[in-house]
Amino acid sequence: MPPLSFYLFFAAVLFCTGLAGALSRRNAIVVLFSLELMFAACHLNLIAFWRYGPQPELYHGQVFTLFSIAVSGAEAAVGLALILRIFRHYRTVQVTEIRELKG
Amino acid sequence: MNPHVTAYAAIVLLPLLAAAVCLCLPASRRAWAATIAVTAMAVSFAGSMAVLIRWLSGMTVHARQWNFDWIALPADPIRLGLLLDPYTILMLTMVTGVGLLIFVFAGGYMHGDPRRGGFFCSMSFFAAAMLGMVMSNSMLLLLICWELMGLASYLLIGFWFQKPEAAAAARKAFITTRIGDLGLLAATVWLSNQCGTLLFYDNGNGLLEAKNLDLLMQAGMWAGMGFVFWIALLAFWGAVGKSGQFPLHVWLPDAMEGPTPVSALIHAATMVAAGVFLMVRLYPLLVLEPVLLGIIASVGAFTALFAACIALAQRDIKRILAYSTVSQLGLMMLGLGVGGPAVAMFHLFTHAIFKALLFLAAGSVIHGTHHEQDIFKMGGLKKAMPVTCLAWGAGYLALAGIPPLAGFWSKDEIVYYAFKASPYLFAMAWATSLLTAFYTTRQFLLVFFGKYRGHHAPHESPRVMTVPLLILAAGAILAGLLGTPWKNLFAHFLEPGEIHDATGLNVVIMLVSFLTAITGIVLGWFLYGRHPEAAAAQDPLQRIGGRLYRTLADRLYVDEFYAATFGRLILALSQLAATVELVLEFLNRLLAGIAFGISWAAQKVGDQWMINGGFDFLCDRVRQKGAFFAALQTGKISISLRLMAGGVALLGLLLWMLH
Repeated sequence: MPPLSFYLFFAAVLFCTGLAGALSRRNAIVVLFSLELMFAACHLNLIAFWRYGPQPELYHGQVFTLFSIAVSGAEAAVGLALILRIFRHYRTVQVTEIRELKG
Repeated sequence: MNPHVTAYAAIVLLPLLAAAVCLCLPASRRAWAATIAVTAMAVSFAGSMAVLIRWLSGMTVHARQWNFDWIALPADPIRLGLLLDPYTILMLTMVTGVGLLIFVFAGGYMHGDPRRGGFFCSMSFFAAAMLGMVMSNSMLLLLICWELMGLASYLLIGFWFQKPEAAAAARKAFITTRIGDLGLLAATVWLSNQCGTLLFYDNGNGLLEAKNLDLLMQAGMWAGMGFVFWIALLAFWGAVGKSGQFPLHVWLPDAMEGPTPVSALIHAATMVAAGVFLMVRLYPLLVLEPVLLGIIASVGAFTALFAACIALAQRDIKRILAYSTVSQLGLMMLGLGVGGPAVAMFHLFTHAIFKALLFLAAGSVIHGTHHEQDIFKMGGLKKAMPVTCLAWGAGYLALAGIPPLAGFWSKDEIVYYAFKASPYLFAMAWATSLLTAFYTTRQFLLVFFGKYRGHHAPHESPRVMTVPLLILAAGAILAGLLGTPWKNLFAHFLEPGEIHDATGLNVVIMLVSFLTAITGIVLGWFLYGRHPEAAAAQDPLQRIGGRLYRTLADRLYVDEFYAATFGRLILALSQLAATVELVLEFLNRLLAGIAFGISWAAQKVGDQWMINGGFDFLCDRVRQKGAFFAALQTGKISISLRLMAGGVALLGLLLWMLH
């Protein structure tokens, strides 16, 4: 079995990829994708910590992650619906163009 | 892990890897995409051949399975598995073999397309999903691959998404097959609920093994039929969606909007074959319910005849082939219902070869005539495109059912079993054969004979496109000999130990089949071959058929029917929702109005002269002071996100330093 740090490193890379995408991309859909990547990294961390944690024989970590995946799926559906409404309203999904909250 | 299993899994993993690599190719290395995809497919094909040879040489004689835990829950682990049995081996060889030729062809066809990387990524992904489906030993893994294939078909049919028709066709294909998938999902959940496992074979504990089949037989009843009937019916509904059976066939002809290699892949090796394969895989379950087999056979026979009728009056070269696919898939379902899995698989196998051939040849014709698809604007191409014409001829005769070409043997077997089962099914299969021979002749004569009626000079396709055609043509001529009624090697391979050689009555049926095909061809020649120019100017069928021809050309108004029923229903529901929203809006306005009135009165009395002055003064001061912070609110989401990320990072740093 690879060491824990392997998984953590991989998750960190995944997380940073997602973060970079979320910060730099203009298309709201791609931003949503990037958020999903960050979610995936978190899930991976959860699983890794469970497996290498004190009680890998209990399945809490895995079940917890499954729940988390289901929740993030629901969240993605809400996010997409929001983007759809935003597109209807502004005729664009470029996040730089949507700035009505400017102070 | 067992090295054999690893090697076996590599057959599906290689195309998947190729898909990933193609996706990551930088723009400057785009030309490599075709090479990568073809190489992966070739290695997979070699692997499949190795598995086949090992099987034939008797090294592995029993069906074998490798199961593993996917989600290792303590009480009830969710298990997936791979399966190695003759059906899987056959499908693997066919998918990788036909797929390889299609990929090579696509390398020529898509040459110079700026999005080749994405194209070959999706194609490899499609093939990998299909391979995964055929080798999965678990209903769950099968369902996963089944859905992945749906995604791949969506991406590929809508590959030219700039065209609104292509985008619409992709959506239609996805949604229509989803309606079917729902049935398969329900069947999966139900099976899991009844048997507690989703593995097909598991040393006696699998779904398709005696113990669980008995259990299913004794399971409850609903509406006069056993649970097993409803489960199998739901699974069949999934196959109806995927394999384009009536009434969910509407997506298949529209799927022609994708590039031609995609059509060949969808119609021959993957996707539509998946539904038939699912039925073959679940056959031990289906056979428990003879009523269900009757339903499958009837739906198949009806689809076959129905689609063959529509194909008569189509003008688009690919659309004719698409309806012919729907029709042939109907025959496969009929064969499954009346003759069992070996019969259906044989037709699936031969059909894959000659339909891939016909689609690729159609691609070659479209390529050669500068993207013309109307057969009435072609003609006389046999001089300009001799190789394509030759290959098409082989595919045409195979589809029309002329012995000893591939289509004859497999179709004859289905007709034979239909005859044994019921005179109605036989009549439908017979009529389908006649119509098939007729419309393929019509298409062949209009495309390749007479004078050229287009505007751009046609040219033969490059060798990278014609060589796969010739290989497939050789297959279309020879493949049927594997399953002649006298020595049915094919069925022996699939179901060893059972008697398949049927002579006697079969000879009469064969003669009838042959005469039917000849009649169809002569009729076709009579209408389209004698005076090709007159026939091309006005379709003789239109003269004869009149209104009926119009109805057929408009595809029997199935799409219009759906638009008028389901489309209307959804429209009505959304209008209802809009009305509800209007009422809510009205209540909202009313409440707002009342609140406004009250506040207006309160304002007049108290606010305006008592509080406002002081408050406004305060506000102005706050705003002045807040200008600096307000400037931070740029309203740009990305900047807010960046600030947030920076804040989190700072917090993390702080925590780290505190420790």
